[in-house]
Amino acid sequence: MALRVLGISAVVAIVAATVFGLFIVPADVNQGQPQRILYLHVATAWLAYLSFGVTTVACIWWLIRRDPRADAVALAGAEVGVVFIASTIWAGMMWGRPVWGTFWDWGDPRLTSTAVLLALYLGYLLIRRLTDDPQRRATRAAIIGIIAAIDLPIVHFSVTWWRGLHQPPTFGDPENILNPPAPGQFVAALLFMLAAFSLAWLWLAINRYRLARLEWSAEDAARRGALAPAASVAPAPEPNA
Amino acid sequence: MSATTRHLAIATTIAGKDLRAELRGRHAVTSTLFLAAVTMLIFGFALGPDRDRLAAAGPGLLWLAVVLSGILALGRLHHLETEDGAFELLGLYPVSRAAIYLGKVLGGLAAMLALGALVVPLTVILFGVDLLAVAPGLLVVISLGSVGLAAVGTLYAGLTVRLRAREVLLPLLLLPVVAPLLLAAVSATAVLLAGDPFGELAAWLQLLAGYDLAMLLAGGVTYGLALEE
Repeated sequence: MALRVLGISAVVAIVAATVFGLFIVPADVNQGQPQRILYLHVATAWLAYLSFGVTTVACIWWLIRRDPRADAVALAGAEVGVVFIASTIWAGMMWGRPVWGTFWDWGDPRLTSTAVLLALYLGYLLIRRLTDDPQRRATRAAIIGIIAAIDLPIVHFSVTWWRGLHQPPTFGDPENILNPPAPGQFVAALLFMLAAFSLAWLWLAINRYRLARLEWSAEDAARRGALAPAASVAPAPEPNA
Repeated sequence: MSATTRHLAIATTIAGKDLRAELRGRHAVTSTLFLAAVTMLIFGFALGPDRDRLAAAGPGLLWLAVVLSGILALGRLHHLETEDGAFELLGLYPVSRAAIYLGKVLGGLAAMLALGALVVPLTVILFGVDLLAVAPGLLVVISLGSVGLAAVGTLYAGLTVRLRAREVLLPLLLLPVVAPLLLAAVSATAVLLAGDPFGELAAWLQLLAGYDLAMLLAGGVTYGLALEE
């Protein structure tokens, strides 16, 4: 019930934040209407980083304690994170085309490292799908998740230096609207959007976590059923939503 | 014998075993050497025949050939280990997991260096890049790049070796992880050829060394978990 309330408030909040960002706040003087995309872009980016942070901690937790809940948390974080980071890249490209004049700019370290970030966690989700045994899956995925977290800062350094080698920074910082000189309304629109998407993030993550726990117990039950005589098969746990 | 020398002895024994198996059977590295050579040829068709363009792309093509063939070689080296349950037996040895990992990395490193020894002259001949003029610096770049590739590639090969889709999965998982290594190695090679006008070489080498260290440590800690499952 509480989860349903959370889901409904997430939808209401996103609609309200969208109306606020699209119609109430004035457009940026320099960037014009496309600047409104950044409210979505920045909010999803922050939440994606939060997701991968959660996944990293959960991966370490699994390797130390072998707690199935840690594996479910890691999966929920990675899956929601991939959705959010894909939205971030999509929104960024839609913003970049009118403002930078191009969808993709290899000289922008944030864009290139975010693309690698997406590829790393897609791999994390893929190896989970290809391993049947839950324990092995969790261990393999946890190692991949930890390597991804170690790799990311190195990716960031390498692409930042790469830009220095090939060309000077061509474009302005896309997150400039967040700096203190930004008018209060822009900051308010961004924080509103961030709050709305945080509710959606929470709702998605909790649901994915519960689903992962149910999948785990179903797999456990199926394995026990395969080992034990047919009569003693444990019934699948009821979802208590 | 101190703990460190015992670890090194175990590692060199395992690496020696892998190399002996390779020299006798030629199952893993030999075919990927041919693959690297053919890749270089195909790069020429894709980007040629303009000599200037090929020379400019030379460092990138060199490292692409090493990374793509290297990943396959590391996968093959591990796949050999799964025959007759040898990988499971490796996990049963009463020795440190980190030493086993180090041994597998050393075996992989030898394969990467063999790839480098083939691809570098091919870059000189086919693309007209004067790599011999910067040979000492290039040796450092190739060594650092090979260590990183072997370190992370060995760990991932161990993780995927039991999976059905390993041939596709290993490059798919590894390529994003080695992206910074590729970038740093290509940049270091290009900077070296340009005579390092802005003094950037040291920064790229440090990045490569940092990558190697991080992946060796991560592999040393986690490879045993992949073995024991």
